[in-house]
Amino acid sequence: MTVYLLCFVLFLVGLYGLITRRNLIKIIISKAITEFSVFLFLVLIGYIDQGQAPIVNPGSVDQVYVDPLPQAMVLTAIVIGLATTAMLMAIAIRLFRKYKTFDIREIKNLRG
Amino acid sequence: MDALIPLFIAIPLISAFLIMLLGKLVKEFHRFFAPLTLLSLLLMSIYAYVNLGSSSIQYTLGGWGMEKGIPVGIYMVLDGFSVLMLCIINLLGFIALFYSLSYMAKYTAQRNYYSLFCLIIAGMNGVVLSGDLFNICVFLEVSVIASYALVAFGVGKTELEASYRYQVLGSLGFMLILLAVGLIYWKTKTLNIADIRHVFENGYSKPFYIFVQVMLIAGFGLKAAIIPFHAWLPDAHSSAPSPISAMLSGVLIKAVGIYVLIRLFFNMFVFSQEIALVLTSLGAVSMVVGSLLAIVQWDVKRLLAYSSISQIGYVVMAMGMGILLLLKGNSEAAAILAIGGAIYHMINHAVFKGLLFMNAGAIEHRLDTRNLKEMGGLSKAMPVTSTTSFVASMSISGIPPFNGFFSKLIIIVAAINGRFYLLAALAILVSIITLAYFLKFQRFAFYNKPFGKALEKIREVPFPMSISMIVLATLCLAMSLLAIPSVSEQLLRPAIDVLMQSELYSTTIFGI
Repeated sequence: MTVYLLCFVLFLVGLYGLITRRNLIKIIISKAITEFSVFLFLVLIGYIDQGQAPIVNPGSVDQVYVDPLPQAMVLTAIVIGLATTAMLMAIAIRLFRKYKTFDIREIKNLRG
Repeated sequence: MDALIPLFIAIPLISAFLIMLLGKLVKEFHRFFAPLTLLSLLLMSIYAYVNLGSSSIQYTLGGWGMEKGIPVGIYMVLDGFSVLMLCIINLLGFIALFYSLSYMAKYTAQRNYYSLFCLIIAGMNGVVLSGDLFNICVFLEVSVIASYALVAFGVGKTELEASYRYQVLGSLGFMLILLAVGLIYWKTKTLNIADIRHVFENGYSKPFYIFVQVMLIAGFGLKAAIIPFHAWLPDAHSSAPSPISAMLSGVLIKAVGIYVLIRLFFNMFVFSQEIALVLTSLGAVSMVVGSLLAIVQWDVKRLLAYSSISQIGYVVMAMGMGILLLLKGNSEAAAILAIGGAIYHMINHAVFKGLLFMNAGAIEHRLDTRNLKEMGGLSKAMPVTSTTSFVASMSISGIPPFNGFFSKLIIIVAAINGRFYLLAALAILVSIITLAYFLKFQRFAFYNKPFGKALEKIREVPFPMSISMIVLATLCLAMSLLAIPSVSEQLLRPAIDVLMQSELYSTTIFGI
């Protein structure tokens, strides 16, 4: 149970950063932290105590394996996360070239 | 027929790749290859629509079907509702692409544009066809990441800022969705929508159920821009190039937001009163607030973007009403009206909002401004744009004989039949406000005194742009035929049936 709670705390830390930070790069880092807490949670779902890597060995019948499906999901989700982070970084660099600052208080041409 | 299903995703993906690869070698390759791709997709989806009827077909990836009564493979499902969405996505995609042939001429790096456009289409087709929660997430991100890049395509100050905001909120939505998918997998040990339905029908714990549903509403609400989650939409949709705005407002928020919400809440979850109330009130709030925010805008595209929020509110409200009426049990006729009205309004909105964004793009193409105060008197100089935008404006604000009138009428009649008098009154009020801000758009853009520079220099937009606007305006008129009961019995009924008999989706997949 503690692990799940810690995982949720990590999620909240990321969310706090996402809301309160004023720096473009720090927002991206907070986004990454939130994302990784979700990934951790997904991996934890598939974990079974004393479980082994799910490579089926015909010899042993009552071997306990961990669930491989969340692992496949996490690998896909990490790739998606990488794509969004790279995209955000590219936009942040272009924004810095236009405005010469990373502070979002000075980058506000648009109003919600 | 079922061999057709993966092609809806494979063709645009391959074509996006080929455009980047061969576009370097063959001059002007992208200009004829991308429309060809979209045309073939459109023909395929119309073929599927005509032949499918009310049946539902599945495709299992790699032939991994049922193993001991458990679906182990990845399922793709084509039924009455998803084939309707496919038609509208590929139709608007083809027309927007044809429009961009001359609109995008002023931009550089056009190859990237056409390639990303194909990726958006691939992602949306994937979301609509997928019968698996995690695949919905993946395809959703494919289309949404392509749209992040396309929003920033102009690389000006505002475009970049809008894209940054869109990305931060979009990835927050993705995380909420992923967390909800993880939680559902934790409880049910499956990702297949039909199988999850099966598990939920055998009982569930209420607090967990509500938590997951709220998470999914927040996640997909962020993608669909329902009111408390709407902050990114006006910026992103007004900064993108106009054909992309038409795509984003016309189909993207529906395919990745509303469609998935409807599919999950009708076909995956067992109905619950609380969530239906939440959906109805969210829809009503976004309907009212969106229209009130739209009326004060002076930027054409921002006005249209806020009106998108308001019109999406109609769809969500009607859907929530449909669930409430189905739960009541004794008002099936009103429920059919509510659900049918929601689907009808959704496809109508795709057509007229696409057309309106193309009109705004045509004005921007010639005048280089989006400010209503700097336009005026364009009705003589740009007759095609003026006429088509008049058709679209009347259609969206619900004036007969255009399609918007009938879909709003059906929703209002459903609300009155189901005794939601407050919602019916709100729908009528919002329709009047909509008429007000579209009359403002018409007057300031087309009929006022000309602003500043002489009008003689302004000509009508080039052929590809004007013809695609005319096609959409004709569709605005033609789609009002869907209100005739015998026609809608043929064309809309399969989609309504999928949602009305909500348990049928899972039983057909299990083959019971």
